[in-house]
Amino acid sequence: MAKRRFIQAINDAMFEEMERDPRIILFGEDVEISMFGDTKGLRDHFGPDRVRDTPICEALLTGMAVGMAAAGWRPVLHMMFSNFMYTGFDAIANQMSKLHLMTGGQMKLPITVMAGFGGGRSTAAQHSDCPYPLFMNLGGINVAVPSNAGDAKGLFKTAVRSNDPAIFLEPGGRGGELGEVPDGEHLVSFGKAAIRREGRDVTIVAIGAMVKLADQAAKALAANGVEAEIIDPRTLVPLDEETILASIAKTRRLVIVDEARDRCSAASQIAAVAADRGFGLLKAPVKRVTVPNVCMPYAPVLERSVYPSSERIVSTVLALVSNQEAI
Amino acid sequence: MRNDYQNPSQETLLAMYERMLVIRETEEYLGAQFRAGELPAGVHLYIGQEASGVGICAHLSDEDWITSTHRGHGHFLAKGGDPYAMIAEIHAKADGVCGGFGGTMHVADLSRGILGANGIVGGGLGIATGAAFAAKLDGKGKVAACFFGDGAANQGTLMEAMNVASLWKLPLLLVCEHNGWSEFTRSEVATSGNILDRAQPFGIPAQEVDGNDVGAVWRVAGEMIEAMRNDGGPGLLLTHTYRTRGHVEAEINFLSQSYRSEEEVASWEARDPLDRAVALLAETGMATEEILVVRERVKTLIDAAAARAQAAPDPDPALVKSMMFSEVDAW
Ligand SMILES: Cc1ncc(C[n+]2csc(CCOP(=O)(O)OP(=O)(O)O)c2C)c(N)n1
Ligand SMILES: [Mg+2]
Repeated sequence: MAKRRFIQAINDAMFEEMERDPRIILFGEDVEISMFGDTKGLRDHFGPDRVRDTPICEALLTGMAVGMAAAGWRPVLHMMFSNFMYTGFDAIANQMSKLHLMTGGQMKLPITVMAGFGGGRSTAAQHSDCPYPLFMNLGGINVAVPSNAGDAKGLFKTAVRSNDPAIFLEPGGRGGELGEVPDGEHLVSFGKAAIRREGRDVTIVAIGAMVKLADQAAKALAANGVEAEIIDPRTLVPLDEETILASIAKTRRLVIVDEARDRCSAASQIAAVAADRGFGLLKAPVKRVTVPNVCMPYAPVLERSVYPSSERIVSTVLALVSNQEAI
Repeated sequence: MRNDYQNPSQETLLAMYERMLVIRETEEYLGAQFRAGELPAGVHLYIGQEASGVGICAHLSDEDWITSTHRGHGHFLAKGGDPYAMIAEIHAKADGVCGGFGGTMHVADLSRGILGANGIVGGGLGIATGAAFAAKLDGKGKVAACFFGDGAANQGTLMEAMNVASLWKLPLLLVCEHNGWSEFTRSEVATSGNILDRAQPFGIPAQEVDGNDVGAVWRVAGEMIEAMRNDGGPGLLLTHTYRTRGHVEAEINFLSQSYRSEEEVASWEARDPLDRAVALLAETGMATEEILVVRERVKTLIDAAAARAQAAPDPDPALVKSMMFSEVDAW
């Protein structure tokens, strides 16, 4: 085990994978200097053919990733902030997610599209979205949302080795956070949730940066005699439904923490799975701790009022276990 | 050594004429099938534009890439795609080149560098730019040709593609097939200036050509593509042509009024690219009987392909779920 920062772990994964496979190409805006640090040093090491700054033209870049992959390369496209994926959404939604099926399986698309996402840092509405519900709905694209340095490395490696497109989202502002990264070759499979904490009273499914908040909440709850189990799905597509259902079977209560806007969030999907496949296991309604259906305001006091917090998780859980109607 | 692109040989001309005939026969068949209610969806026919795709693809091998449009049957066949596999696809059969998953607007054959027709107008621009980048990285003198219409030329990604391709000197041939219409909108009301001039500020060489003259298309495309193979960077080729059939076959059934005059259509029919190819062949001294032999051969080929496609089995619905990912079982 080594202590690495979140962003270093991704950077390590990139170095190791690009070294291993000469067909991996990294491109995007300012990847050479690296705004977040995740692509730092790659240009010097691998040269301009394999690591390349692009003009600002997201609509073209996502299409280019498809063309490069169809022509036998393994592109990694860095989109900087996930909001800019909307500018490049056409080729993601109309080409990348569909062409494997549309060509009858002829076109393999080993593409990784990466970006930072999420709020909490006063970056305001156009730099703090949480777009994974859109990608989850496309089909044909895997969606990885690491919550810690070790998973970031392992999930990134799985993404670039896969022959299918993957969206890899790094929780924004978490780059400096230290975490344990296993030594040697470290891969994390897609579709395998992690149980971050065991508990008997309530299951908290928390996504990405929400795992840390859930962990803080679990400590506060324990002080109140409530033992929470925390599940980190790690990938939203594929989603490890079995691990979530097994946990509900034990705790019989489910709270989902997601920093997407509430409507049609990943939390909505997980709640639907629980209702559909776990109805008989539940003894309380499923609750979602999400961002309400507003876009992220700028002022820290406003942002805090809508962003999920450990306090909100705690009060939601306490209301559930005391059998009151939760917020 | 530079090739001579002044005069295609009789052999080259004949091969191109035969390809054009394959497209024409196939599409006449498909149009009739649609009108008879035998196809699940409407078809956008390339009839009248065959010289453009054929004159260009004559310079491409299976190692080169093309992207195409909603009007993509002609490009597929021009690039060497198998008529049977395409007809079966459009008939929605399991033998189709995409197993019945793509259909008329999505015919693709990766083994021949055909990255696919596309239902998104301008959708090929990014894909072709990516393929051209791949070609550059491969370093083997391959090229990517992107076919798009005059309507698609108004998508912003054309500017993005020209910027990147020029900056990175990518072997990307942008082929704008100017047929004067995007759906039922005349080019003059949708497009400002001359599309050809759009290449100039990017330092991209641009040429225009009579897109109904297969010899002329072959000459101009040959020079541009050869320059690209020698690390020459992108080019824009504007082929002036016309679709003598509707935007989509049998459109009259849903349009409340016609949008173009019979004279306009007739004036282009008088410049039919196949007739003009026959005239070119005659100039080389080819006898009418020899041309008729080719025509018979193509007709027999397409008739047989069509009959076989009609008899082919439907695709298996059990396959649908497994088709979204290539590795879904791995997890
Ligand atoms: C993004 C997008 N917008 C609109 C359409 C609907 N549409 C299909 S074909 C077409 C006209 C395209 O004109 P052009 O590019 O000149 O090609 P042509 O049909 O003339 O070959 C339109 C508007 C579409 N398929 N995709
Ligand atoms: Mg047009």
